[in-house]
Amino acid sequence: MKASDSLTFATTKKVTGWRLFLKTIVARAYPRVIGQQRELSWVFFEVFLPMLAVSAYVFVYRAIGAPEDYVGFVVVGGAMTAFWMNILWSMSSQLYWEKETGNLGLYIMAPNSLMAILLGMAIGGLVATALRAVAIIVLGSLLFHVQYSVSSFTQLLAVFFLAMTALYGMGMMSASFFLLLSREAWHIANLAQEPVYLASGFYFPIKSFNFWVAAAASLIPLTLGLDAMRQLIFPSGAALGFLNVTIEITILSLLCVIFLVGAKFLLDYMEKLAIREGRITESRR
Amino acid sequence: MSNYAVETKDLGRVYKIRGNKKERQERKELVALEDVNLTVERGELFGLLGPNGAGKTTLIKILTTLLAPTSGWARVATHDVNLNPHLVRPRINMVSGGESSGYGLLTVRENLWMFSQFYGMDSKEANQRITELLTLVDLQDRMNTKSSDLSTGLRQKMNIVRGFLTDPEVLFLDEPTLGLDVGASRDVRKLIREWMDADKNRTLLLTTHYMVEAEELCDRVAIINKGRVLACDTPANLKRNLQRDAIFEIETSPLNGLKHSIFAEQAEVKKAALTEIEGGARLELILKEESALATVINILTHKNIKVQRLSKRESTLEDVFMELVGQRMEDIEKGGAE
Repeated sequence: MKASDSLTFATTKKVTGWRLFLKTIVARAYPRVIGQQRELSWVFFEVFLPMLAVSAYVFVYRAIGAPEDYVGFVVVGGAMTAFWMNILWSMSSQLYWEKETGNLGLYIMAPNSLMAILLGMAIGGLVATALRAVAIIVLGSLLFHVQYSVSSFTQLLAVFFLAMTALYGMGMMSASFFLLLSREAWHIANLAQEPVYLASGFYFPIKSFNFWVAAAASLIPLTLGLDAMRQLIFPSGAALGFLNVTIEITILSLLCVIFLVGAKFLLDYMEKLAIREGRITESRR
Repeated sequence: MSNYAVETKDLGRVYKIRGNKKERQERKELVALEDVNLTVERGELFGLLGPNGAGKTTLIKILTTLLAPTSGWARVATHDVNLNPHLVRPRINMVSGGESSGYGLLTVRENLWMFSQFYGMDSKEANQRITELLTLVDLQDRMNTKSSDLSTGLRQKMNIVRGFLTDPEVLFLDEPTLGLDVGASRDVRKLIREWMDADKNRTLLLTTHYMVEAEELCDRVAIINKGRVLACDTPANLKRNLQRDAIFEIETSPLNGLKHSIFAEQAEVKKAALTEIEGGARLELILKEESALATVINILTHKNIKVQRLSKRESTLEDVFMELVGQRMEDIEKGGAE
């Protein structure tokens, strides 16, 4: 084939509007759903290592003779930490990385919506992390003989969906926020990691906290999501729950709206600032 | 409204510089672009030639809607880049030299497909075009290689394919051969020329600080330094203005502390540049008349400096740059990077 044949393109039909929005989501989710599975080291770092923390708590609860449901609480909490790690290190810091590699400029310059890019990142991250979470649940349940008793599948699905939407909405919002903070965001991510493990009750029911501490911790969607899921899948969950599941679903719905609207607002602000000041798309390399 | 592919009027960009903690109160300013007036015709391969820090990348960023101008305006494909970026973006694409865009875990094909989707291309058509373009740049056997495993040159070929893939009306290439070896640079230049020749409606704006690249590729060139456009014409016309002058290169024994200013101060010498080479020095002179060479030789003889080689040559864009700026581009770049 001659060079001129390859370089003479027939007029290309390109979609716009919502079709472009959807195409962008799928394309940006692709590196996370497909690409991230290629490095098999994830099995060690994202399944095996969290399992060590889960095991430690299980052995402590068994040693002190805590109710057997606590073992299940820990396994579910361990699975949900995968989502928190994904939010902290892959969602929040992602736009900063995109800037450093030069992708952010290309994303802004393309005719797509930056919101679609963020949604693609979020959905891709959610799918990839769900694989890790399921692996932890299956492994933990088999190792520690966890018994589940789901009281309402519909509510369980609703809680999981809402908790993930709110959580990834928060991740989308913090992606712009971290980008604005630039390298200082690293310190915030480090700072947020361990306290959130504690505040969200990954390894124990948050009812153990003072009401106001638990209420403040509920700003992180995983807190209520986890609490509601435990209430719905363990016989003693309801007695150890922080709030009624219906109330938790309502709050999670509100958090979804707040974080998604916040993400859109901050993203628009970040794009305007990037174009006005020229700083944000400038790689420091 | 005009039908230019690119048009700028009194375009300027001033950066506010944040100082250190002590200087926070003072708002320093850096003028990156000043009163830039340019027009690029449809179908033209236009070059922006200037040293690092001249303002080339700033201009490209404004034209690709990534940066707002602080004065004047710019239009690309007839649309104002600042007021209507959403109308400009579907019509353009950009590739920068040395960029590491895309994701290392994805293959070459997957990376290119992903970017095609951001422009709304049909997946099937995108994949077909990716195969054709990769074949053209001899990357077809690396189609399923992870992009992190590519060399710099191969990665840059992939980036250029990304730019061509969406068939933009106006393509911006910012230093496309930066960091590439001679062979890879030649391949990239050939590809650029072929892409332009394949469709006369395409417009390409290229920035470079390689004179040969500008001379070989561009229909017209704008010479830019310190944010200002100093000249804009075809390479032939730019050089023609220097044809009246005599351009000499003299290689000598070591100059023993002799400065180039002693030559530049002579009335008949328009410009003089000095480079230290192994075993001596190379003096490049633009003389108003050939007879002025005698004065230069006299100075060298008087200082006991031997002339080892003397040649007269045709003017190049390097000479045009030296004539306009007073320094060679290489010397400016040694003085400070962008």
